[in-house]
Amino acid sequence: MSGTTPEGGLPPTPSQTVGPYFSFGLEWDDGPFAVPEGTADAIRIEGRLLDGFGQPVKDALIETWQADPDGRFAHPDDPRGAVEWDGFRGFARAPVDDDGRWSIFTLKPGPVPGPRCSIQAPHLAVSVLARGILVRLATRIYFGDEEEANAADPVLASLRGGEAERRTLIAASVEGGYRLDIHLQGPDETVFFAV
Amino acid sequence: MAGEHKQDAVEARREHEHAHAVERKAEPGEVSPLWAGPGEGLIVPGYRRDHERVDPPGDFPDYRGTILRHPKRPLVPIPDMLTEVTGPLLGEDRVGEADHDLTVVGSGGEPQGQKMVLHGRVLDGNGRPIRNTLVEIWQANAAGRYWHAWDNHPAPLDPHFEGVGRCMTDDEGRYRFITIRPGSYPWGNHFNAWRPAHIHFSLFGRAFTQRLVTQMYFPGDPMFDHDPIFNSVREPADRARMIAAFDWEATTPEWALGYRFDIVLRGRESTPFEEQGS
Repeated sequence: MSGTTPEGGLPPTPSQTVGPYFSFGLEWDDGPFAVPEGTADAIRIEGRLLDGFGQPVKDALIETWQADPDGRFAHPDDPRGAVEWDGFRGFARAPVDDDGRWSIFTLKPGPVPGPRCSIQAPHLAVSVLARGILVRLATRIYFGDEEEANAADPVLASLRGGEAERRTLIAASVEGGYRLDIHLQGPDETVFFAV
Repeated sequence: MAGEHKQDAVEARREHEHAHAVERKAEPGEVSPLWAGPGEGLIVPGYRRDHERVDPPGDFPDYRGTILRHPKRPLVPIPDMLTEVTGPLLGEDRVGEADHDLTVVGSGGEPQGQKMVLHGRVLDGNGRPIRNTLVEIWQANAAGRYWHAWDNHPAPLDPHFEGVGRCMTDDEGRYRFITIRPGSYPWGNHFNAWRPAHIHFSLFGRAFTQRLVTQMYFPGDPMFDHDPIFNSVREPADRARMIAAFDWEATTPEWALGYRFDIVLRGRESTPFEEQGS
């Protein structure tokens, strides 16, 4: 019985925490750079990761995955076809510092088609990995200067907590890019998704 | 018959825990427009959510690190859309020629400890190999000490062992590392707490939904009963899938013990096309 799931497939291997000592194993020199340093039009997205006491989380990894500026993915499972954007990895992996600060360098993604002919506003999919997190936490980052697109975004529209929940996902414009803090708990707790 | 009843009870409890672990915010009978069926437009086949029955809860106070770090509000379910069914397809450029051999560091010299060949396959929940995907591992040395500034456990560092490995799976989804068996190490979670020996694994699969970080354990470890991280996975059958098997065939005379650890990432939901039997 342990070999199959009720659906008839193989059950997945369970998730476990990255623990406290992952940095020598998972940090890459070019990790935070979804595009090479110096790329024209690159933006920095930065923020802090905070725990239930509002204290910085000092041992975490933030990973992001996103579409290119045309809203396309270099991936065969995009039914529109895989498209490569020169020099763009789409993926970034950034450590936090002692103040809980992380930052990544990337290109701003374009809008992406969603269910039922909707258009998803430009966004990044985010994973938070840390000691004390047994299963990676998935969230999204949207952009504060995309008000019209955000208003039409099906995921933001589906949040039952309304504006209070939406704003935990929307990064503010700052010089050179955007800024959004991720709160694991507390009054400003970030919306995390079951993906 | 008794076995079937027990199985039913286990299933019923899983269903119950599942329902409470990932409560949707919808009122009864109310469905978010995101979930209202495929409708028109771009349809992407999603991934099965059987991991939710298998994975630990976010809130597991026996592991004290979770207390301030788990979201208190329920996770909000979203369907698999384009961003979720795609993911980074990281290539060979991430992996150096000797990165699969953790026993070779810098100018050479043998690490302390029991050498082992660690191999297995990366499959999806449909049993299909996941080809050409990055596997990253990291671990403590034979004395149970990590190559990390914060690890102040008074066990020796080994100049010939850092404990970091990377490789790509082959066309059959196979990976292979050469390493040493890590030691147990103490931690501050509770009185006299020691982790069972383990190796950390990080996998991407082919989609954001398939991302998995886990730990591989060794058969018969006496620390299993005392470790809240291992036991955060609630079902014994699920915990068993985090334990490598001793592998006589992979054991190499006069050189290394063999262990096998297969990893299963989430499988695709069957599409109507497949259900029609084609």
